[in-house]
This record gives sequence, C-alpha cells and structure tokens, in this order.
Amino acid sequence: MASTLTMAAALNAALRERLEADDKVLIMGMDVGKLGGVFRITDGLQKDFGEDRVIDAPLGESGIIGSAVGLAIRGYRPVCEIQFDGFVYPAFDQIVSQVAKIHNRSLGQVRMPITIRIPYGGGIGAVEHHSESPEAYFAHTAGLKVVTCSNPADAFSMLRQSIASDDPVVFFEPKRRYWGKGEVDVTGLLADAPQLHRARVVRSGADATLVAYGPMVATALQAAKAATEDGRDLEVIDLRSLSPIDTGTVVSSVQKTGRLVVVHEASVTLGMGAEIAARVQERAFYSLEAPVLRVGGFDTPYPASRVEEEWLPDVDRILDAVDRTFSF
Amino acid sequence: MTLHGHVPPEPDLVQLLTPEGVRVDHPDFPLEITDDEIKSLYRDLALVRRFDGEATALQRQGELGLWASCLGQEAAQVGAGRALRSQDMAFPTYREHGVAWCRDVDPVTLLGMFRGVSLGGWNPNENNFNLYTIVLGAQTLHAVGYAMGVARDGAVGTGEPERDTAVLTFFGDGASSQGDVNEAFIWAAAANLPVVFYCQNNQWAISEPVERQSRVPLFQRASGFGFPGIRIDGNDVLACLAVSRVALDEARSGQGPTLIEAFTYRMGAHTTSDDPTRYRLSEELETWKHRDPIERVRAYLIREAGVAQEFFDGIEAESEELAIRIRQACRALEDPSPLSVFDQVYVEITDELAEQRSDYADYLASFEGAGR
Repeated sequence: MASTLTMAAALNAALRERLEADDKVLIMGMDVGKLGGVFRITDGLQKDFGEDRVIDAPLGESGIIGSAVGLAIRGYRPVCEIQFDGFVYPAFDQIVSQVAKIHNRSLGQVRMPITIRIPYGGGIGAVEHHSESPEAYFAHTAGLKVVTCSNPADAFSMLRQSIASDDPVVFFEPKRRYWGKGEVDVTGLLADAPQLHRARVVRSGADATLVAYGPMVATALQAAKAATEDGRDLEVIDLRSLSPIDTGTVVSSVQKTGRLVVVHEASVTLGMGAEIAARVQERAFYSLEAPVLRVGGFDTPYPASRVEEEWLPDVDRILDAVDRTFSF
Repeated sequence: MTLHGHVPPEPDLVQLLTPEGVRVDHPDFPLEITDDEIKSLYRDLALVRRFDGEATALQRQGELGLWASCLGQEAAQVGAGRALRSQDMAFPTYREHGVAWCRDVDPVTLLGMFRGVSLGGWNPNENNFNLYTIVLGAQTLHAVGYAMGVARDGAVGTGEPERDTAVLTFFGDGASSQGDVNEAFIWAAAANLPVVFYCQNNQWAISEPVERQSRVPLFQRASGFGFPGIRIDGNDVLACLAVSRVALDEARSGQGPTLIEAFTYRMGAHTTSDDPTRYRLSEELETWKHRDPIERVRAYLIREAGVAQEFFDGIEAESEELAIRIRQACRALEDPSPLSVFDQVYVEITDELAEQRSDYADYLASFEGAGR
C-alpha cells in the first residue's frame, strides 16, 4: 500500500518498523528522544518505544559509537544518529578502528550490526560543519558498508535493510532532500526491496551517463531534462551504495553511452568520482569516447553559506561537463 | 588561603598484605580468605609471571614480533581477575595477560596476536573476556555499552548471584588522559551503569611519567564525575581482590560505577621495542623491586601460613611445564594463508571483495609450481 511521504517521514517509518520487528534494535543519539532529533527523524519514537530503546545520549559522538560497540557485543543492534556530518569526526576512531574491525579481529565470532545515520550535504544555508560530505572517508575503510538514499522510497527500504544487516552500515541521509515527497510502500516486505548494494538506472538514455547519489540525484535528473533541449539523451544512475560500489551497472551504462560524468557534493580529489573513474577505465576502456569527468565540490573547506550555491554542483556545471565530454 | 593554595591530603592506599608479607586489616575492606585460597593466588601470580617471561624470551628469539610485558603488575591483574564472576565481562587493554589467565583464555591465543598470526582471534563472549584493544581507552566505551546492555537485560540489582552482572574495564595512567575514558566516566555515571573502571597506574606511559597526565592522584578524578574512586596497593593481590570484589558487588547490585586506581609499577619496558633506560632511573626500579607482588605472598605463605617448600617446588615445576608448552605451541602456530585476509572482513562478503580475492587467488596460482 503506497503512501505519499517525505523522506523524513519515510526514515521515521523505517525506524519504527525495525523497532517493532526486532527488540534488539535501539536508537541512540543526541536529542533523539523527546525532541525527535534536530531533523525530527526520530519523532514520536521514544514516546512509543520508551527511553530504554530510544536513548538520549550524553553529548559525545565517540561515546555514542563506542557504547554501540559494547551493545553489539552484548547482542544488541544499535542505530546511532550523528547530528550533522561535520560532527562525526570525534567518533572516527570508534568507527574506523573499532566498528569496522572487530568482526575481523574476532575471526568472525563477533558481529557489529550497527547502523550509523549521518545527515549530510549542503544547500540548506547552514553554519560551518553542517553541510559536509564525508562519505569517502568511510567508503575507504574496509569493514564498513556505506549507502545513501536519494528519495523517500529508498530511504524507507534502505534504512530497514541497513539495520537488518549483520555488517556495520554508515547510512548517509541527504538532509536537503528530507522534505521532498514521494510514494512509499510502507507495508512492503523487507525481502522484496531491491538489493541494498545495487545501483539503479533512474533515467534511461543513450548519449552519456551521469552517475550521482544522495542529494545530487535530483540535480542530475534536472540536468538530464535540460539536456534534452540540446538534443542530448542522458542516462542517470543513482549509485545508492558507495561501498561496495555496483560497478557493473555503471560499466553497462558506459558501454552503451561511451561517456561518463560523475557528480557529487564532496570535494573531487580522492572522492567517489575518482574511484568510479578508475574502475570504468579498467573495465570499459574501449567503450569510452571521452575521459570520465567529475563534477563536485572544490578542494576547499565547505564555504560560507552565502556562496554555497556557487560551490555546489548544479545543473549548469553538470551540463558544462557533459558538453566537455562531447568535445573530445 | 587561596584556591590554588589548597593542598589535598595524601591519598590513602588500601593494603592488606605488606611488602614484607604481613597481613594487615583495613576497616573498610575486610577479606575473609583461607591460606589455601592464598596459595591458589600465588600459583596464578607465579604462572602468569612465567608465561609473561617466556613470551618476552620468545620475542627475543624472533618468535614474536612484539610483547607487552605485565611484569610487576601481576597482582593488580590477578586480584581483579579473580574477583570476577563467570557472568561478568572484562574489557582489557593489550597488557592484561593476568586477567586473561583468570578468564581461562589460552596464553597461546594471546601469543598469536603478538606473533602476527591473528589480530585478536578469540571470541569475547566465550570467556567473557573482550579482545585486546590497542587504541588507548577505546575499550572503556565498549564496556559502558556492554553495561547498558546488561542493564537493559535486567541483569542488575535482582539479588540473584548467578544473574547480576558487572563489567570490568582496564586502562592505564596514560589512557586516563584520553577523551574516550572521560566520556566513559560520564556515560557510566549519568546512567548509573554497572561498570568498574580499573586503572593500573604503573607510573609510566612509555616514557611519560604519570605527572604528565595528572595534577591529582588519578582515583580522585572519579569524584568530579560523581562516583567513588579509591587507590589500592596494586602490588598487593589481597587488596586488589578485596576492593575489586566490593566494587563489582556494588555494580551488580545497581549502585553504579567505581574507579579503582591500582598503584603499581611497570617493572619492564613498555614493550619489547622500548628502552626504559633512556627515561627512568634504575634506583626507581630497585625501590619497586622491594614491593614485588609475588615475593610478599611467598613470604606470607612461608612465615605466617607455614607452607612447606614442596608447594613452591610444585609451582616451579608447573611453571616450567607451562613455559615448555607455550614455547612449543607458539612455534607451531601456523602463518595464515595469504587468501585468509579476505575472510571475515564482512559477515556478508561484498561482490567487489570476492572479486579481489578471486583475482589474487588466480595471481598466486599463476606462479610456476603453485598448487603443488
């Protein structure tokens, strides 16, 4: 049964469904209780599931993730909320050296079924540390899985799958898309959802491929629509999973179109686009009509918000890159 | 009088067995213990020291990449380890070989990590002894989370001895400066969790003396967080046992966290890669030799309990057997296969990692003579 939900409501529904389905699921984070989180993603959950399962944590990111590790050793399945992207770094050791490695360190005898939710990305006029895209740090770390949703339906299914995963998942939520609406089948079975680590072709096209994820999928679709005015038919792929990467879906598309532009908000150097470009040239070298191009944030600190619209990739910068791929 | 002119009183140090091996009473921590039980503690101490010494020798012989010796800290570890009940959980650093011994973790398994055949390799839930944690203080937060789970499982304050569970986490004087340790204090206090924080103050964080870490005795930090702290003679196994028992009992009964500072001394180097002669005086070592944790128990058993030489000979023989077994088993530990690095990275291996493994297997197989 489909309902029209915002992404925020879809995420809330996913958390609610998991809390109901598995009594080992706990939610922990700052202000996730009475307030419902600063973005209201956990709205109403503490009221319905109690303070023991929806836990307002003391203000320490390392403490949130570190205690989730202990809970996981005890058999729990914690879902941690990091309030904003730029606040995750105090927990970096716990995520990359503990959460990511304990399963391996124990020779597979302990599992870390921890989900770490991080609202990320810019475009909301925020102050410093509230608009960053740190996904590559985590995608670089063995032992973690990293995913991001671009629409309410994926938000619902992917968050449920992430929580149900026996591996740790860093779940990036594109905060500027929280209030966009879409159809969500809230009664859908978990088993029927598309595989968590598969990309999706969200617009079929013949002339060039745009790969985007999270907040940039909508922008890439807008660019594809605008490109039709130039007579160009662009294919758009929503990557969805950043680790592992569904290379096959990207390569198949490039084999068809011969041109690839990767779009993300994160700074381009050593970002997801770099990895995707490397994989595509390894596997689709003879299909490429032009070098793979990247459109992303510049290699600067995320700027002050009055200039963020210029800094962030937009339709024009994407189309400019598409033009350049056709100039080869 | 100024605020900065206030000098706190010299800290009290709980001691039940003097360095000379004389039993002394402490009004707050009476310990009912038989001489047979003290003999058993002596055995633990002696065997841990022998194992630890053998590991250092194995490193010198090139059989281990590194060893972090617990020499001098045996009482602090055995006292705490023997205070645990089977359902309690311990979260060690990388030096708690004496606690591992008390939890029946095979010493050879520990050696595997320092030999380089594994990154840990035991199941924390099998003996309720977590994996060694090398990043300083990280495990204190794991202990806090585990204790949250214990509390949610209703395993605190029921009054059932087999059910009520405490969590004991170890760290050192150096790690007391880490943010994670301080966050752990805050979380444990705010939620009144069943955790005992056990700080072995061995005076040295590699080359940095404890004065680099703190202006106050470490146990006094607890009061600022809102729970009791106490300093004990970390070279007195009876004091370590007695005070750990009380703290663990209070945790199990729902009274919340405690900080125990076991005042001890790292008799050896930080690890086999360290050279303490560069930063500390040999006089200090000599002073602490007179406070040896094992000699005082031996002195007590001989002088006060009339234990015969046969007992000590028996322990000596057992130590030798242990050393031989460990030496042989260590040398027999097999190197992991190159392809095993891909195992257990994930519960569900990713397609891309499976592909890397497969490509690497093909590469290995491509060498002449491979697979013979």
